[in-house]
Amino acid sequence: MSDVTQLSGPMARTGFSLPKLGRLRGLANGLLGVGLLLMLWWIGGRIVETSDDLFAFADFAPAPTLTRLWAMLMDGEVVAMSGPSLRRVGLGLFYATVIGVPVGIMIGRMKRLNEVANVPFQFLRMISPLSWMPIAVMAFATWDGAIIFLIGMAAVWPILFSTAGGVRRIDPAWLKVARNLGANPLHMLFSVILPAIAVDVLSGIRLALGVAWVVLVPAEYLGVTSGLGYAINDARDTLEYDRLAATVVVIGIIGFALDALAGQLIKKFNWVRSEGH
Amino acid sequence: MAVTKIKDQTPPHTTDAKQAAPGLTPAPNGAHVAVKGLSHSYRKADGLVLDNMTFDIHPGEVIALLGRSGCGKSTLLHMLAGLTHPSEGEVVINGNVVEHPSPKWVMMFQAPSLYPWMTVAQNAGLGLKFTRRSYEIAKRVPEVLELVDLAAFADRNAQELSGGQQQRVALARSLAPRPEMLLLDEPFSALDAFTRRSLQQDVRKIAKDLGLTLVIVTHDVGEAVRMADRVLVLRANPGRIAEDTKIALSDAERSGGTEAFGREHTRLMGLYADVAERSDPAVDNDFTRLPE
Repeated sequence: MSDVTQLSGPMARTGFSLPKLGRLRGLANGLLGVGLLLMLWWIGGRIVETSDDLFAFADFAPAPTLTRLWAMLMDGEVVAMSGPSLRRVGLGLFYATVIGVPVGIMIGRMKRLNEVANVPFQFLRMISPLSWMPIAVMAFATWDGAIIFLIGMAAVWPILFSTAGGVRRIDPAWLKVARNLGANPLHMLFSVILPAIAVDVLSGIRLALGVAWVVLVPAEYLGVTSGLGYAINDARDTLEYDRLAATVVVIGIIGFALDALAGQLIKKFNWVRSEGH
Repeated sequence: MAVTKIKDQTPPHTTDAKQAAPGLTPAPNGAHVAVKGLSHSYRKADGLVLDNMTFDIHPGEVIALLGRSGCGKSTLLHMLAGLTHPSEGEVVINGNVVEHPSPKWVMMFQAPSLYPWMTVAQNAGLGLKFTRRSYEIAKRVPEVLELVDLAAFADRNAQELSGGQQQRVALARSLAPRPEMLLLDEPFSALDAFTRRSLQQDVRKIAKDLGLTLVIVTHDVGEAVRMADRVLVLRANPGRIAEDTKIALSDAERSGGTEAFGREHTRLMGLYADVAERSDPAVDNDFTRLPE
């Protein structure tokens, strides 16, 4: 599931072959990818710079962007604009988890409930979270509340469905053994069900994180005056294209880091040894 | 499963050290079981799975329920464990009617079903944790792991063990809450022959040493002869006790290869074939294959 975000497999193998690098291979290939991206960006910047129609946007090029990014890092602007965004995503994910995990466990355990809930849930899941925007704005007193709601609406589905799938894959013998050894329902939940589905829940949260981070920026185009989405809008309005591009870089790096963190957590909680899951 | 650690193959008579395992607390005397007029059908429309069974199991006795598939022997075992409720009749253990599962009579299944996110020791201590006796874990878990020859594996992940070792952990897990009775539902049938035999002997020895009542469900005549003091041969459609016979063998004779073992095996095989033929003459009853 997680592999879709990486460029790997046949894509990486076609064309030319790299020297054997052993354990450094992953790192070397990663750096190569970053290098290629920077090169494309630089080429794009050159084209814009030399074009009569586009030269006003020359600040989008790597050099001005990275210079500006350095300045923004030094004067604390990066932290100031990322903080509120991270808080909103964190809260949205928190509510999505608090709702998604218990509901996921219930629909995973109860066949009847799953059959009843399936159509409404699939219907709601397919609605773009941003289309809730007018309702969210009316329903919540603050812009912050509306944004957190939108993120939660986007994030709850992957968590819910991944949890339910994990519960369905629990070996029934594990429950029988626990019952046989005198487990009460709380023991079942905390000693058997939750450890058994930990990886599924975390995989759901990882997917949700990706969706939430994507939804965040357009959601922050709403009335708020803080956060990464606001910073992008603000930079556009003030024609500071180097700042705009630097913010885009910040968004990408934070998203990448959060995803890597979730990947590490999954690795830590994964109890499957030596076989595919 | 094919890889069997040498530990599994060690015959029990060479590991007498565990008899004197330090600080081993003797279990209470084995459970007395009275099965009274037990009948069961899963749905009313279907026929009876069990038909009016009545028998006693004496404390400390090793009893085998022998029968072909579909004779209701597993259903009977689930009822003794309190995991299934009979349509009619009751199971009385030490004077109390069985209504729920209890750590006093623990069932072991064909698959060890250890929790793969736990260590061997954590798995073995689960019964104590579930019955609010976590304070006993530190002392009791090493005891039972010693008993099944896995003391050195306490901190390993359960998945790193061979099939036979995992079944030993399941045995330790069952023994930790000091049960009065163990109920075994074909627990060794997924293991290779060597591992199976050493476990059959070890489990019988442990049950005898601790004074546990032991009930084994099996379709393997050899297993019944090796392990049981008494065998109930069940017939199918509906499940009834067709034969109730004692296995008169000393522990030394049970390891197989002796004349006495062969005689008991042949006798029980004959009973088994008779019963199978009586319960369903249409089925091919070729029991002429040699004992393992």
